[in-house]
This record gives sequence, structure tokens and C-alpha cells, in this order.
Amino acid sequence: MAADPATLARQFIQAIPHAQALNMTITEIEAGIAEIVMPYDDKLVGDPATGVIAGGAVSALMDTCGGAAVMCHPSSPRGTATIDLRIDYMRSATPGQAIRARAECYHVTRAVAFVRATAFDEGDAPVATATGAFTIEGAS
Amino acid sequence: MRKPEPVQVVKQRRDALLGALVGGIPYIQFLGISFDRRGDELTGLLAYDDKLIGNPMLPALHGGVTAAFLEVTAVVSLSWATLWADLEAGVIETDDPARVKLPRLPKTVDFTVDYLRSGLPRDAYARARITRSGRRYASVHVEGWQDNRGRPFAQANCHFVMPRKDAAPDGA
Repeated sequence: MAADPATLARQFIQAIPHAQALNMTITEIEAGIAEIVMPYDDKLVGDPATGVIAGGAVSALMDTCGGAAVMCHPSSPRGTATIDLRIDYMRSATPGQAIRARAECYHVTRAVAFVRATAFDEGDAPVATATGAFTIEGAS
Repeated sequence: MRKPEPVQVVKQRRDALLGALVGGIPYIQFLGISFDRRGDELTGLLAYDDKLIGNPMLPALHGGVTAAFLEVTAVVSLSWATLWADLEAGVIETDDPARVKLPRLPKTVDFTVDYLRSGLPRDAYARARITRSGRRYASVHVEGWQDNRGRPFAQANCHFVMPRKDAAPDGA
């Protein structure tokens, strides 16, 4: 018998070299919802004048979290890839604070998964939001 | 008639300014991105590294890396366009380019990336086209490719808020 989707999804995400390079940790992954934390790191700074983390690093977090939400969807896809992703940057993340992304895979068809995600630092207002479409590779 | 400036002097001034812009951003170094300059045109180069992989089974570049590479190319190209204009107009003092006060970087408002094919585990290139650059906002299109220029693996559209011209370079 295969392991449950959440366990498989967790293994899948933790095996991603770039997720490891950014020190991402999965804090929640179940039933189409995933939460991943990325700690602040000087090497991720995109604007040396402010110390704010690069938008690209937030994109990588959003993309990983979106993929994780798809992987743990009850439809049990065997794999996924991003088709498109739109990210809105509401405000600069506060330097020194970790960024936490939460993604929800809210609809799937046989071929496509629809995802929305929000990223926060330690404050209450979101740093960024994202919407994306992901492929569904051969649901088991 | 004044003698034209030696070409090496012109090139050195331009490359030093580009180096100051790119070298000051830690995330660009982390990803291993560099920029190739031909006149005012920039091409981003993402040197392949194992840490850029998103799917070890294929293997393929991480979608987030691709997005980041395109966004970095857009920001640098946009900022460079402003710097270039100032440099050519003689507004920027480059006697010591290492000490040039760079303007604030444009702020990304939104970023939409399309993944056209899977990113291969090798070097990638990207070029940005500034479709509109106003006083406050700019719109940029970026295309990324690997082996074939005619077969892009990703493209993106992004919007930026431009730094205020009168703002002090240190953000004060």
C-alpha cells in the first residue's frame, strides 16, 4: 500500500535541492493546503540599501508552496509543474524576519490544478499574494 | 577638433558602473547570475549549479529559480537603462566607479511568469524589453532561453514603481 499523499508530498518537497538551498521547512501539508517557512538570510537580499529579501526568493517560496499544495491534494497527483504564476508584492518584507507562505490548491481538473497563495513575515498584513496554474501528472 | 575618447576608457566606465549595480546585490551572487553587455543591451546569464534544481527526477531547474532569474534580469535592465542615460549625459561622476552613488532600485509591483518548457540542467539566458518606462511606473517583458534563442523556456511580464528621482541615494 502506498504512503498517504501528505507523507509523499512532504518527501517530494524535501528532496528539492533549491528548497534546501533556501532552507525551506514545511510546517503544514495536508489535503491541498501547504505552509512553508523560509528564514531570513543575508544572501537573499535583493536591495542592499534596505536589506529587503529579493522578490525572486519570495517567488521561489510561493512556487514551492504552490507545488506542495498540489502534491498533497486528495486527488494524489504523481507530479506537478508550474504552468504560470502571478505574484503581487504588497509591501517589502521586514529585514530579519522569516517569510511564511501558505498555499491552497482549491480546484483540480484531470490536467490542471488551480492554486492561490499568501506570504507573510511576522506582521499581520500579507507581504505578497500569488495565483497559479499547475500541471497534474498522471493521478494515481 | 576634440579627439574622441579611447574606446577602452568608454568601455571601462560602462562596465564599472554595471559591475557596481550588479555586484551590490547579494541575491544575484547567490543565484550565480551575471550580465553580458553589448552597448546598452544586457543579457542575463544564469550559470548552472546543482542547487538550482527543482525536480531531481527529470532533472529540471526550479520554477522559482526561473522566475527569480527573469525578475532579476528585468530589475537590472530597468535600472541600467536609467543609469545608462545618466552616464551618457555625464550626470554620473565615474572617476571612481566603486564609489558611485547608485539610485534606489525599482520596486516590483507584480510579476507574471509563463513556463513554456521545462528548464534544462544547463546555463540559461534572459533579455528584457522595457515596453514602457514612465516617471512613476514601468512595464517590462522578459524572455528566457537555453540552447535555442527561438525556443524560450519561460517569459514574464512585470510592473515596477520607479524610484523617485529626487530621493537621496541612501533612501533617506
